[in-house]
Amino acid sequence: MGLHRKDLLGLEELDIGEINLILDTADAMKEILGRDLKKVPTLRGKSVLCLFYEPSTRTRTSFEMAGKYLSADTSSIATSTSSIVKGESLVDTGRTIEAMGIDMVIIRHNSAGAPHKLARELSSSVINAGDGQHEHPTQGLLDMFTIREEKGRIKGLEISIIGDILYSRVARSNIWGLRKMGANIRIFGPPSLIPPYIDELGVYVCDSMEEAIEGADVINILRIQKERQVRGYFPSLREYANLYGMNGDRLRTAKEDVLVLHPGPMNRGIEITSEVVESSNALIEEQVTNGVAVRMALMYLLLRGGKISESVKSFN
Amino acid sequence: MSQLNLLIKNGRIVDPVNNLDMVADIYIGQGIIQEVGPNLTAPKEIDILEAEGFIITPGLLDMHTHLREPGFEDSEDIESGTRAAVHGGFTAVACMPNTKPVIDNAAVVRSILARAEEKGSCRVYPIGSITKGLQGEELAEMGDMVKAGVVAVSDDGMPVANSYIMRNALQYAKSLNIPVISHCEEPTLSSGGVMNEGYMSTVLGLKGIPAAAEDIMVARDLILAETTGARVHIAHISTKGSVEIVRAAKDRGIKVTCEATPHHFSLTDNSVRDYDTNTKVNPPLRTDEDLEAVIAGLKDGTIDVIASDHAPHTIESKDVEYDYAPFGISGLETSLPLMVSNLIIPGELSWMQTIRKTTYEPAKILNIKLDGIRKGSPADITVINPNSDRKVDTKNFISKGKNSPFDGENLKGWATATICNGTITSLS
Repeated sequence: MGLHRKDLLGLEELDIGEINLILDTADAMKEILGRDLKKVPTLRGKSVLCLFYEPSTRTRTSFEMAGKYLSADTSSIATSTSSIVKGESLVDTGRTIEAMGIDMVIIRHNSAGAPHKLARELSSSVINAGDGQHEHPTQGLLDMFTIREEKGRIKGLEISIIGDILYSRVARSNIWGLRKMGANIRIFGPPSLIPPYIDELGVYVCDSMEEAIEGADVINILRIQKERQVRGYFPSLREYANLYGMNGDRLRTAKEDVLVLHPGPMNRGIEITSEVVESSNALIEEQVTNGVAVRMALMYLLLRGGKISESVKSFN
Repeated sequence: MSQLNLLIKNGRIVDPVNNLDMVADIYIGQGIIQEVGPNLTAPKEIDILEAEGFIITPGLLDMHTHLREPGFEDSEDIESGTRAAVHGGFTAVACMPNTKPVIDNAAVVRSILARAEEKGSCRVYPIGSITKGLQGEELAEMGDMVKAGVVAVSDDGMPVANSYIMRNALQYAKSLNIPVISHCEEPTLSSGGVMNEGYMSTVLGLKGIPAAAEDIMVARDLILAETTGARVHIAHISTKGSVEIVRAAKDRGIKVTCEATPHHFSLTDNSVRDYDTNTKVNPPLRTDEDLEAVIAGLKDGTIDVIASDHAPHTIESKDVEYDYAPFGISGLETSLPLMVSNLIIPGELSWMQTIRKTTYEPAKILNIKLDGIRKGSPADITVINPNSDRKVDTKNFISKGKNSPFDGENLKGWATATICNGTITSLS
C-alpha cells in the first residue's frame, strides 16, 4: 500500500501508521544504496522536479540522487536562473511545470506555507523540502530513521534538541514526528530563540545545557545562523559556543551511547566542535545516507505505491 | 437624480441620533422625511416598502475605509468603493490617506471630494495624513487640509514611531479640533511579522507580531493625549491589553476613543491555519482571549465605534505566498452582517448599541452632523432585514477587492435598501 495522500507537506498531519510505513520502506531503499549497482527501474517514466527558492546543496542533491536511483527523470530549477527572477508568481510557475507533465515537485521555499499553496494548485505530488520556519518533513523522517536504526526504537527515548528553535523547521518536524512516535523531547537554546507556547507541542523546555544533556539518548544540535547575532538574539558567537555549543567536555557528561545528530551544514566550533563531530557518537554522515533512503521511500510511496518487496526486490 | 417618494411601513426604527426605538412608518417625499409615526397614509401613487420585521436605521457611517484612489485604482476607486459601501448599508465613509499621492495636502483633499461628488454613491469624508508622505518625519499641512474638508488626521498603516512628532501632531490637531487617529504598532517589535505571535505562529512557522507591539503604542499615545489634552482615536484595537489600557484611560478622563473591526470580533489566528492570505491583516487576527476582550470592550463602551478597515486588494497581489501578500480585508460588504450575526444575534450587543457605534459615535468623533430619522431632513436611511440569511460570495462583491476570509460563510442581517441623501442607492 502507498500513502493515501497526494503530497507530503509536514509531519504534523501524518499518523503513526504512515510514519512507520515510510520508515519501513526506507529500510528497503537503504539496502539498494548498499548495492554496487544502485539503480532500480521502479519509477521509470516518472518525472520529478526540484524547485528550490533557497540555496541548498545537500537536500537538493539528496532528492535528485533518490530520484535517479529509482530511475525517475529528475531536473532542477534554481530560482537565480529561472523566470522567477523575471517576477513570475509561484502559482504561475507551478502551472507551467505541471503543463510539462511533471509528476512530482519537490519545493524548498523561504516562506512558510508556500508548498501548501503549490499543492492546492497542482494535481502532481508535492514534497515539502523545507518551508520557511515551518517544517522540513524529510529531515524529520531521516532523523527518526537514523534514531530507529541505531536504537531499535523511538518510543520512550529521551531526545534533546538544542539551538535556534524559533527559526528551525527541522526542530518543528522533529517535534511533531518524534512526539507521535512516543519519544520524550527536551529543547534548549537562547531564550530569545525559543518560540512562544512551544511547550504546548508537548516538549519540555530546559533551563541549562546540563539539564538538556543529562540522560539524553539522542542530542540533535541545530545550526545557528550567524545573522541571528547581528539581529540581537544573543550577544556573540563566542558566548553562544560557551553557553549552547556541544563540545567534548559536555559530551563526556552525556550517556555513553548518546547519539549526536546535526542536520548540516555545520558551523564547527560554534554549535558543535570538531571533537564531537569526529566522535563515535556522531552520526552526521549516516544521516546524509539515510536522507537518500527516506526520500526514495517517499517518492516511491507517493508516485507508485504497491508492495515494496515486489517492485524493488524483483530486480535483484 | 430623481428624488425619492416612498412610504416605509411598520419597520422598527432604531435611531441613536434621536434616541428612537419604535415600530413606525416613515414617509419620504421628494427625498425628504415628511413624517415619522404610526399608521401614516400617503398619496396613492407612492411606492410602499413593507418593512415589518425589518430594522430601519440612520445611514451607517464607516469611519475607516481605504478607497485606494488616487494611485491604486486596480484595487479600488472612489466609484467602486462607495458603491460597495452603499451595498453594505453605509451612506458615508471616511477614507484613509495612504493613497498615491498621499492625502497630505489640500489639493489632494479637494480632488478626492470632487471625484466623490462626481462618481460617488455615498458621502465621502477624507482623512488627511499626520506626516508628509506618511514618512513619520514632518507634519503635513493639517490646517490647510481641515479648511479643504478633512475630518481627522491619521498615518494609518504606518505608525508614527517618533514620539516627538506624535506629540507635536496632537498639539497641532487639538488647535484645529480634529482627532488624531492612531495606528498603534511599535515597529521594532512588529517588524517582519505577518500574523499574531502565539501558539499558531509557532506551529505555522510564520513570523509573529506580538500583542505588546500594539499595547506599547496605545499606552504611549494615551500618555501623550493626557499631557497635550488632545483627542486621540485608536484605530482597529485588537488586543486584550490595549482594551484594558483604554478602559483605564477613560476612567481617568483622558480624551480617547477607539474602534474595533468586524474581523477582530469574529475571527482568531486559528483562521490562518491553511495559510489563506485573506486572513492576513494588520493588526493581525488575535487569540480567543483577545476576541473576548474586544467584545467585552464593545459591550461596556470602552470601544466606541465599529469600523470596517475596508482594505481591498487585487486577486493577484493576494494569490502569493503568505509572507508576500499585502495586509487587508475587503470589509464594507460584510461589516453589517458580521455585526448582526456575531454581536446582535448572540446577545452581546443590542441593536441600539450596535447602530450607535456605526452612526452617532463615529459622527461625534469626526464632528459630522447627523440628523438621523427626523422630520424635515433628507432621507439617509439603511433598511436591514435581520433574518436574511445568505452565504458570503466574494464574486458578488461590488468592491474590486475580493479578499475576504468570510467567503462561503453564512451570515444574517444584510442591508435590504440603502437610501443616501434622498435617493435609493442600493436595493436588494
